[in-house]
Parts: sequence; structure tokens; C-alpha cells
Amino acid sequence: MNEMTIHRESLATVDFEKVKKRQRMGSFFKGILFLLPSIVLFSVFLFYPMVRTIYLSFFLTDNSGVPTVFVGLDNFTNIFSSPIFQQSLQSTILFVLYTVPGAILISLFLAVIANEKLRGIGIFRTMFSSTMGISVAAASVFWMFLFHPTMGWLNQLLQVVGLDGIGWLTDPKWALLSVSISTVWMNIGFTFLILLGGLQSIDSYLYESADIDGAGYFYKLRRITIPMLSPTLFFVVTVTLINAFQTFGQIDMLTRGGPQNETNLIVYSIYQEAFMNYQYGTASAQAIILFLIILVITIVQFKLGERKVHYQ
Amino acid sequence: MTMPLHQKVIFYLLLSISAILIFAPAIIAFLMSFMPSQDILTGKIIPTSLTLDNYVQVFDRSPLFNYLINSFVVSVVIMLGQLVLASLAAYAFVFLNFKGRDALFFIFIATMMVPFEASIIPNFQTIRDMGWIDSYTGLSIPFFAMAFGTFLLRQNFKQIPKELKEASEIAGIGDFRFYLTVVLPVAKTSLVTLGVYGFLTSWNMYLWPLLATTNDSVRTVQIGLRQLQSQEQLNEWGVIMAGAIIVVLPTLILLFLGQNKLQKGLAEGALK
Amino acid sequence: MKQVELMDVSKAYEKQQYVLDEINLSIEEGEFFVLVGPSGSGKSTLLRMIAGLEDITDGTLKINDKVVNHLPPKDRNLSMVFQNYALYPHLTVEQNILFGLNAKKVNKKEQQKRLKETAEMMGLRNYLKRKPKQLSGGQRQRVALARSVVSESPLCLMDEPLSNLDAKLRAHMRIEIRRLQKRLGLTMVYVTHDQVEAMTMGDRIMVLDNGKIQQVGEPITLYNEPANLFVASFIGSPKMNMGNAAIIDQKLVIEGVLKIPVDPADVATLTKNNGLTVGIRAEHIFQGTSENTTHELEVINVEQLGNETLLTFEIGKELWTAKWLGQWRVDVGDKVPVHISTKNISFFDTESGQLMKPASIINEQEVVAI
Ligand SMILES: Nc1ncnc2c1ncn2[C@@H]1O[C@H](COP(=O)(O)OP(=O)(O)OP(=O)(O)O)[C@@H](O)[C@H]1O
Ligand SMILES: [Mg+2]
Repeated sequence: MNEMTIHRESLATVDFEKVKKRQRMGSFFKGILFLLPSIVLFSVFLFYPMVRTIYLSFFLTDNSGVPTVFVGLDNFTNIFSSPIFQQSLQSTILFVLYTVPGAILISLFLAVIANEKLRGIGIFRTMFSSTMGISVAAASVFWMFLFHPTMGWLNQLLQVVGLDGIGWLTDPKWALLSVSISTVWMNIGFTFLILLGGLQSIDSYLYESADIDGAGYFYKLRRITIPMLSPTLFFVVTVTLINAFQTFGQIDMLTRGGPQNETNLIVYSIYQEAFMNYQYGTASAQAIILFLIILVITIVQFKLGERKVHYQ
Repeated sequence: MTMPLHQKVIFYLLLSISAILIFAPAIIAFLMSFMPSQDILTGKIIPTSLTLDNYVQVFDRSPLFNYLINSFVVSVVIMLGQLVLASLAAYAFVFLNFKGRDALFFIFIATMMVPFEASIIPNFQTIRDMGWIDSYTGLSIPFFAMAFGTFLLRQNFKQIPKELKEASEIAGIGDFRFYLTVVLPVAKTSLVTLGVYGFLTSWNMYLWPLLATTNDSVRTVQIGLRQLQSQEQLNEWGVIMAGAIIVVLPTLILLFLGQNKLQKGLAEGALK
Repeated sequence: MKQVELMDVSKAYEKQQYVLDEINLSIEEGEFFVLVGPSGSGKSTLLRMIAGLEDITDGTLKINDKVVNHLPPKDRNLSMVFQNYALYPHLTVEQNILFGLNAKKVNKKEQQKRLKETAEMMGLRNYLKRKPKQLSGGQRQRVALARSVVSESPLCLMDEPLSNLDAKLRAHMRIEIRRLQKRLGLTMVYVTHDQVEAMTMGDRIMVLDNGKIQQVGEPITLYNEPANLFVASFIGSPKMNMGNAAIIDQKLVIEGVLKIPVDPADVATLTKNNGLTVGIRAEHIFQGTSENTTHELEVINVEQLGNETLLTFEIGKELWTAKWLGQWRVDVGDKVPVHISTKNISFFDTESGQLMKPASIINEQEVVAI
């Protein structure tokens, strides 16, 4: 009996490596098992589509999207020489330039005034963040009415002041701006909420010691609030920037890309090309451009962020 | 540290003006949903009378009730799916130690860089080929895996002391059981936050339901609103507004209830 | 019977950097074994390797004479108490105590019986429905102990379980843990960095420094015959007075200042090495009487502890402390007569730090057997 145990033990000593290996395999499988649902879905709905989009962008397709003729980079040269796509890119960039700074500056202002400890401040905070709960479709309906040429409040307001009404959504000069204004409004809620969260996480002792030094309101704002808020601002800029490039709903609801393609932003352009014109090849090429734009933004932001942003 | 009175007045003034401006579009819509169409067409700002007619009409003329049910089902399913998948993944990243974990984590980060809008074409084809067009499945499953949610929960799980896991290991409690009976209950708050966020975004989804539905059977309320708006011949704004108000009501209520948690949760997932 | 046995156990987190180096150790059944050492010396690592929470890089670990290197923690039949108690915050005290038993499929009736006994023993009966948040530090500690007791594992591991408690409660819990261990006949492996805790609780102590065993033995042995300079200075409070020394003209000269006659018989052994370090406990620098005063030393600091008085002297570049029983009215700057004898002095090799000759007189006079 004794000998047996000794014998077994020495066997066990020999087997350690094997046991360890088996245990490592076990924990590997367990890890993968926990991640499997996510990995599978990411693969099917994210990685595969990415690859497939690249693939499609080199082909002409039939109406159901089956690739037929390999055309190399033709789809890309086509879209870049197409005035409509150029227009679309230009509008997208203008739209981004209108909406990102617009939403962030307004939200920052709102967050700063809503960060004071005043009675009833909770109501104001709730109101400012409310647009986050309003869907693109509903918000577009709200604004569609405001922009209405005759009944809309905006033109009625202009009339009261004695100005001519504006074709907010029908005038090519105004349409993009109008869409941008409504978009800024829609984004305020989320941006405000995040910025307020950032402000509230700033340690109050920083302000207290500044108070002891007798610093004024704007001095504190410039020297404490904004620098300490920079990681949050950084995050918000990235998110709104990426969101702006992906804008679709309000275009579909308010202008359908018109007038004269002025508001034909890139995602709407992809949508039209693919699901109205059944040009899956060129649509995929456009999607690749969108992907690249967002990739570049993310990388640039990441690099910039590493260097410039003040983390605590 | 109390503010001098004149400063307080300035703040209240700024706050009130901002609040009015921000809230105006919603308030106007809300008012209009109770106005008789005569008032709207003549461009009245102050209604002459209030009526529930628009609400009755909107349910009469469109299958709004169906849309609401569809949106509710889809949003709840997405929310639950996201919670399960994100918490499982976050658990693996925090509590399990295995080869390739860091690489996988990096891949999860990378998914954030792929915009869903850039991959709608193959996704549409996938759903179509699987016969999932006009089904709850097609509307919800593509959104189950979620990098942001995984991060948010990972952040939160990391605050659970490692010793809890070790104590469980010694007591012989397996990983799945530890996940179910310790991690999930302890991280309840952040699960709720993520759930609220998931529900909000799913309810408000626009592009995908537009592509993945072709008839009223599973059409969500956002696309329903689009139908309503484009079908209205007579410019019956009161009815449209009533529809819009009904669409935003659930999310607004949810937002008001969960605002504080949402704010903290989002900041946490975003910044640490 | 040997409960735990370590043979040439080593641990490296990164390649070639050993945190623990060839540890050989056996712990007997029913023994209260204390691991002590400074921060970073590898105590927790060693304990966690016994528990199975950390991989063993090299060597063999046996529990109950069975090799367990490869077994997961749950199959090692042990319990553990953590420094932060590791209580599940969302469960009540009762659920916390029973959590592990459910996993082990102990039946409900048995569970309730054990719960009742343990709660009674730990004085937790009135807190069973509370959450950990609603308990004081001491009560949480007790819940953690109860959880370990209720598992009825013969081997219990504790990693600095008292370090989050205040001094008074800590002294109390020391006694409670000690009593509990004896009553249940547990084998205890107890980690602490506090040498007082080690001395007061341990049946045997292992001193660890830098991943190497410095000495294993009973508390008194460690105190009286420290195997090297590290143990000598680590065990005992105030710490042992040390100084460089040389033998000049048949006399021991410490720090070039103190001259003490040596037994001629020892001279040969002590001069063999080139470096000599001596150590003497504070209580062995006696107050000199008119007959036996050997030196007059200037007092540079006085600490009144009530029942005893600590006097500090400057010996060359070292500060030495003497501990005298009772209250002594001495002022800083006074010269006081002291009696220092080589019989109380331990001798160490400066280079290796090893003990050459322990103080000889202790055993004869001070250890009182009852
Ligand atoms: N997971 C790890 N990875 C790498 N090195 C580690 C790890 N854990 C511990 N170490 C190193 O091992 C050494 C011993 O650590 P250990 O925690 O055992 O010390 P300790 O004696 O318990 O100290 P303390 O009294 O502070 O708890 C330390 O130098 C530590 O830096
Ligand atoms: Mg430790």
C-alpha cells in the first residue's frame, strides 16, 4: 500500500507538466467560452461585413448585390470623379464643422451653468439632457414643423421682425445649415450629460484652495475647470465627430438628401446608392471611404489625446 | 461658500433662458398635439381649444400600437442580449486568466473603430439571406455584441476585490456560478445603467429598422413615424405631433428616472 | 503527522527572478505556524502557493503527505482568511457563512447545525441577518473567521487578518484566534509582518527575508538565539542593540568605545573572522550597582512607559537602548552606571551575518519553567 502511494506520487511528479498544460488549455477554453457569443456576433456582423465591403468595392454587382464583374479600383475612381460624391463629401465636412463645435460649445456652456449648486438645479439638468431621450425621427418631426415655410414658428418669427421667410429646408443655401441646427439640438442632451459628469468629478478642494487664494469666477473656469475637463472634452469631441460622420436619420426625414444634393451626407449617399440605385459596388467604395475617415479620426485623436490631454 | 445674490440672479436667468430655448421644440410639439388642426393651419400660437382628437386619430389611422409593441420587444431583446454578452465578456477579461486574453481585448477595442453604417450593405445581405428580414431576430441580433458595454462592465468588475474570486475558488465555486451569484448582483447598478442605455439607443434606432423591415408586421415606432410623416397628405401636423410625442414618451420617462446613473455610468465607461 | 510540507519550493513571476528561493519546510498537524518578514519578502506568495492560488514554479508541495502541486484550491481541503476579509457585500452574514457549503453540497440540516454552532462560537448570533456593510471591522473579521471555521477544513491559512483593526481589537483578536485554533485543533499557517503578533501567537515561527528562510523555530529560540543578524534585529522590541566589535588585548572593544573583558576561552573562536558584530538585548544592559558597574554612559533620551523605562545611549555611531524595569527618574545628559557582560552578548560574523556564539547566560537564568 505504502509502496503503491510512493509509486503513484513519483508518477504524479513526472506528470506535472502535462497537468499544467491541460489546466492551461482548460482555462483557455473557459475564457473563449465566455467570450464566444461576442466573438461570433462581432465576426458575423462586424468583421465579415468589413471584409465583404472591401471585396464588394472591387466589383460590379447585380440588383441583389451578387458581385458580377471585377473592376479593380474603378469604383473608387468613379466615385471620386463623380460630382455628386464630391458634393457629398463636401457637405459632410461642412456638416461636421457646423455641428461638432456647435454642439460642444453650447453643451459646455450649459454644463458649466448647470454645475452650480443652486436650488432646483436638478430640473434644469433634466431639461438640458432631455434631447438625449428624443429619437432622431421624433426630433426631425419637431424641427420639420419649425422649419415649415408658412406655418413654421421660425418663419413666423421672422415675419414678426419684418423679414422675409426663409426656405429652411428647400433653399440650397440654407438646407445644410438647417439640418445642422436641428442636429446640434439633438446632440446637446448626450454631450451635456457627459460634460456635466466630467465637471462633477473635479475635486472640490481644487476650487476651495483657489477660493482661498481669492481667484475670480472666470479665472477658475479657465485655470481649473477647462484643464481638468480636458479628458472628458476629448472623449466628447471624438464621439460627436464620429457620430456626425454617421448622420442619417434627420437627412432621411427632413430633406432626403436634397435640395440639389446639398444635404446628401455620406451615409445617406451610401444608402441611396445601395438601396435605391442598387449600385452595391460603388456604395461599398463609399463605405470604405467612410470607414477610412473614421479610422483616421480615431487614430489622430488617440495620438493627440496621448500627448495633449491632461489626465489626472 | 454661498454665492452673492446678484450672481445667483444671473445664473437663474441664464439657466431659464437656456431651458426655454432647449425645451421649445418639444414644448411646441407637445402643445400642437392637443391643438385642433384648424388652429395649426392658421398658424395660431396660442390654441383656442385643447383636444385629444389627434391622439385618437393617430391610433386610428396607423398601426401605431403595433409599432409600439414591436419597438418594445426589439428594445428589450437587444437590451437583454447586450447585458448577457457584455457581462460574460467583461467577466472573462477581468476574472479569467488565459493565453491570448490581451490580444482579444485589443480586438474588442478595435471594433469600436468600425462604424456600423459602413457595413450595412453586407449586413443587409446577411439578414436577407438568412430570411431575417421582417423579423425580430433580424432587428435585434446584430446589436447584441457591444464593445462599449463590455468596457463599462469591465471597468466596474475590476472594482470587485480579487479576494472575492479567490475565496470562491477555495470554497470550490465555479466560474459560471461566481459570475451568476456574486459578480452580477454586486455590479447591479452598472448593469441597470447599461440596460437603460441599451434600451434608449435601441428604441431610437433608425437606419437598421428602415432597412430590415418592409411591412408593418415588425416595423418599429421610429419607422412608423416616418411612414406617418410621409403619408400625411393634408399636412395634419397635430396627428403627426401626437405620434411623435407618443414615440418619445417612454424614452423620456426612462431618461428622467435614470439620468443620474446614466451620467455616472457613461463617464466611467468612457474615461477610465 | 505532517500537514504541510514544502520541498525546494521556488517561485518566479518573471523568468530568473525568484521571489521565493528553495523553501524547505514542514508544518505539523495542529500547529500554529507563523510566517513573518518585512514587506515584499514573499510571505503572501508562499501562502497563496499553499492555497493553490499561485502556481508553483519549482519544487514539491505536499498536504497530508499527498503531492498537491497540480490540484486546484478547492481540492486541497483548506480554508483561507484574507486581509480585507473578502466578504460578499450583497449577502447577509448568514449567507456569507454558508456560501461555500452550498458549493460543497452539504445538506441543509447539516448546514444549519454548523451555522448555529459557529455563530454561537464567534458571537455572531445577533448579526446573522445583517449585510457586511452594517458591521464593524471586528465583526467582519469574525464573519471571515466563521466562514473559514464552518468549512471544517483541517488546514486554515490567514494572510495578515488583523492588520485592518485598531491596536486594542487586534490584541483581543489575537487571543481569540489562538483559542479557536487550539479548540478546533486546526493547523494554522498565519502570515504577518508584525513580529509581536508572530511572537505571541506562533507555536513556531519562520522568518522570511528576500524570498529566503532566515530561521525557523519556537519564538523563544528565535529571540534568544537568532540565527543571523537579520533575525536578531527583526525579532524583539525594542530591537537588539548592535555594534561592530574587535578583540584587542583580550578585551572586546565595541564601536571603538566600549571595552568589555572576555573569557579567554572564547578569544580563539571569536578572532578567527575578520569582522565581528555583537548584539545585546535592551533588557541585558542592567543598571549598575556599586559592585558590578562596568561603564558610565551618558543618557541621550528617556522614554517612560510606566512599568519600565527606556534609556538611549550613544555608542560610537550606534544608538543603544536599555530597558529597565520600574520607573527611573533620569534626565537627558545624566551619566548612569550600567552593567554589561559578555555573557549576555551574541556574536555574529559581520560578513555572513551568521551567529557565531549566542548569549550564554539566558538559558540558565531567565527561562522559567512552570
Ligand atoms: N503578481 C505578481 N507579479 C509579479 N511580482 C509579484 C506579484 N505578486 C507579488 N510579486 C512580487 O513578489 C514579491 C513578494 O510579494 P509578496 O506579496 O509575497 O510579499 P509579502 O511578504 O506578502 O509583503 P507584504 O507584507 O507587503 O504583504 C514582491 O517583491 C512582489 O513585488
Ligand atoms: Mg502580503
